[in-house]
Amino acid sequence: MSAAAQGGWFARAGDALERPRVLGTVMLAPAVLYIVAFVAVPFCIAIALSFSDATVGDPTISSFVGLENFRAVMQQEAFMSALRNSIIVTVATVVGIVVLATIAVEILAREFPGRRLVQVLFMLPWAMPVALAAITWLWLLDSQFSPIDWLLVQLGLLGPGTPLGPAKHLYYLGREWLGLGSVVFVDIWRTLPLATIIVLAGRLSIPRERLEQAQIDGAGFFRVLLRIIIPALAPVLIVAILFTALLVIGEMSTVALLTRGGPGHSGQILPYWAYLKGIESGDLAQGAAVSLFLFPVLAAAAIVALRFAARLHRD
Amino acid sequence: MIHDCINGANGDMAVLETRGLKKHFGRIRAVDGIDLTSTDGELLAILGPSGSGKSTLMRMVAGLEEPSAGDILVDGRSIVGIPPKRRNVAMVFQSFALYPHMSVLENIRFPLVARRVPAAEQREKIDWVTGILDIGDLLERRPTRLSGGQMQRVALARALVRDPELFVFDEPLSSLDAQIRSQARGELRELHDRTQITTLYVTHDQLEALGLADRVAVVHNGCIQQLGTPRTLYEDPGNLFVAGFIGDPPMNRLDLGDNVILGVRPEHLLLEHGEEDPGEVALRLEVELEHLEFLGAEWLIYAAVCAGVPETGRRRPRVIARLRQAEPPSMETGQRRTLVVRRANARYFDAESGERRSAPSGVAA
Repeated sequence: MSAAAQGGWFARAGDALERPRVLGTVMLAPAVLYIVAFVAVPFCIAIALSFSDATVGDPTISSFVGLENFRAVMQQEAFMSALRNSIIVTVATVVGIVVLATIAVEILAREFPGRRLVQVLFMLPWAMPVALAAITWLWLLDSQFSPIDWLLVQLGLLGPGTPLGPAKHLYYLGREWLGLGSVVFVDIWRTLPLATIIVLAGRLSIPRERLEQAQIDGAGFFRVLLRIIIPALAPVLIVAILFTALLVIGEMSTVALLTRGGPGHSGQILPYWAYLKGIESGDLAQGAAVSLFLFPVLAAAAIVALRFAARLHRD
Repeated sequence: MIHDCINGANGDMAVLETRGLKKHFGRIRAVDGIDLTSTDGELLAILGPSGSGKSTLMRMVAGLEEPSAGDILVDGRSIVGIPPKRRNVAMVFQSFALYPHMSVLENIRFPLVARRVPAAEQREKIDWVTGILDIGDLLERRPTRLSGGQMQRVALARALVRDPELFVFDEPLSSLDAQIRSQARGELRELHDRTQITTLYVTHDQLEALGLADRVAVVHNGCIQQLGTPRTLYEDPGNLFVAGFIGDPPMNRLDLGDNVILGVRPEHLLLEHGEEDPGEVALRLEVELEHLEFLGAEWLIYAAVCAGVPETGRRRPRVIARLRQAEPPSMETGQRRTLVVRRANARYFDAESGERRSAPSGVAA
């Protein structure tokens, strides 16, 4: 009796799931719930915080202060430095990614012995835990024990009477521009695998006949690359740029682990400054204002980029 | 020989020759020793089933594959080792491989820009090909907005615009709709007659090869099975593979025993009417009609042989006869009839090697 009832219930559920509307709702619900709970709600709270005077001591969002937080953070020198550096780091990383991913994809798309191994090695940085990578990078960039410095000294590029100066160390993380350069370098190292996978997918979808046709038509390597391959890659390159840019601009761990925004605040970036301000110093409202500062620009850039990619793809 | 050279065509035709050409991929012998010589300005078809090595042959001529052994010569000069961009060989792929992000005009201009042709000359050549192929009104369009036939013309224009010595076509009609294929075939032949460029035309479709080419090379297992005019291939197949591959339906094969196979075209299986000269008849077959097919201008008669050839296996040999008449033949399934093969229409093959041989003594005595 109960088995029959159960069967009936299962059968009815099965019938219901065959209707596209019901199935669609059921399938989408977990993703929608996840986004609402972990993205939309915190995001709305952050917006509310940025217009309030909440602190860690009094986290209630009670009084509306308008744009006061935004005005306050813009007065701070560290903020302006962080804004400038965030833009520099993001742009430099994206430029590096576009160039390197295009080159990497040209290598990975070719048939050669050991290609699989190279692919695996290439993707490894993506799989490596950030903390582990940071230890390696801290050692490589260490002020006293950096193997890179040692190599430069051996090559005669660093040390007394050499192009890079009399000191035997470059102090990568202790100087403003070398520090930022190191952050860009590590960010490129970390995000290149993702960008490469995205671009590789686009590269492999170019029919081989099109490339052969270009060769037969008389095009050499660079003409094929610039006139045939890169135009075909444009939509995926835009997606890769977008992903990398959003990943880098919202990412604080590289800076937190390498330079801590130093020396002083000269190597500060927005997300780390927001964290220091909002969590470490307890000013939730200003922290929220810092982290939301670039949001309108980023949202607009993302929408424009995606529409552009879609249009290229249609053509 | 004097040709009316049209403005733009260089008129220098080329002779393509391959000598002992081989291409092995590991243990697979895709091309296994091909010797082939075209004549000046010839349209030479390479016909073979898929996997026969015809595409590999074509890719070696275009420079997309390096031969494992042998030589490829154009007008007596070896082109092996020369990269495709320095060969003057134009190719049209089956997919047409148009550049989707460029307009039709940019597509056609691409080989000229890549070869650093001066702008004034570019304009002249583009005008010339767009005129020949009648695509003047498509120049601003994107390839994605073209029909199959239009894409083919653009691909032909892009190949033609650079005055190649040699054209290589890879199944250029197979991505077209069946309705426009025969029209496109006629246009291709007309284009060839106007430009007189030596052309290698690779196809698996015998209708295209026979209908279009001056000569056809039938390729199988990486080797040329037979090279000849379409008529020769049809009337005098050199071996059993060609006999079975050319013609639709293919040649009937009848095992006469003693290692002899007789081949006869379906239209040469004639109903006996009793007035044949016995000296003219190579074979008489008693057959039982199995079914009839009406194909418009002709009937196909499928029959099982009851007597006339030695018993060889459990199954009676089957033959297909073709009757060219509009009226339905006065016969029905299950009837027995006598078919005759005239001496002039009988072709004999060696059963073991598959090669042609002379008529065995004692046949039709």
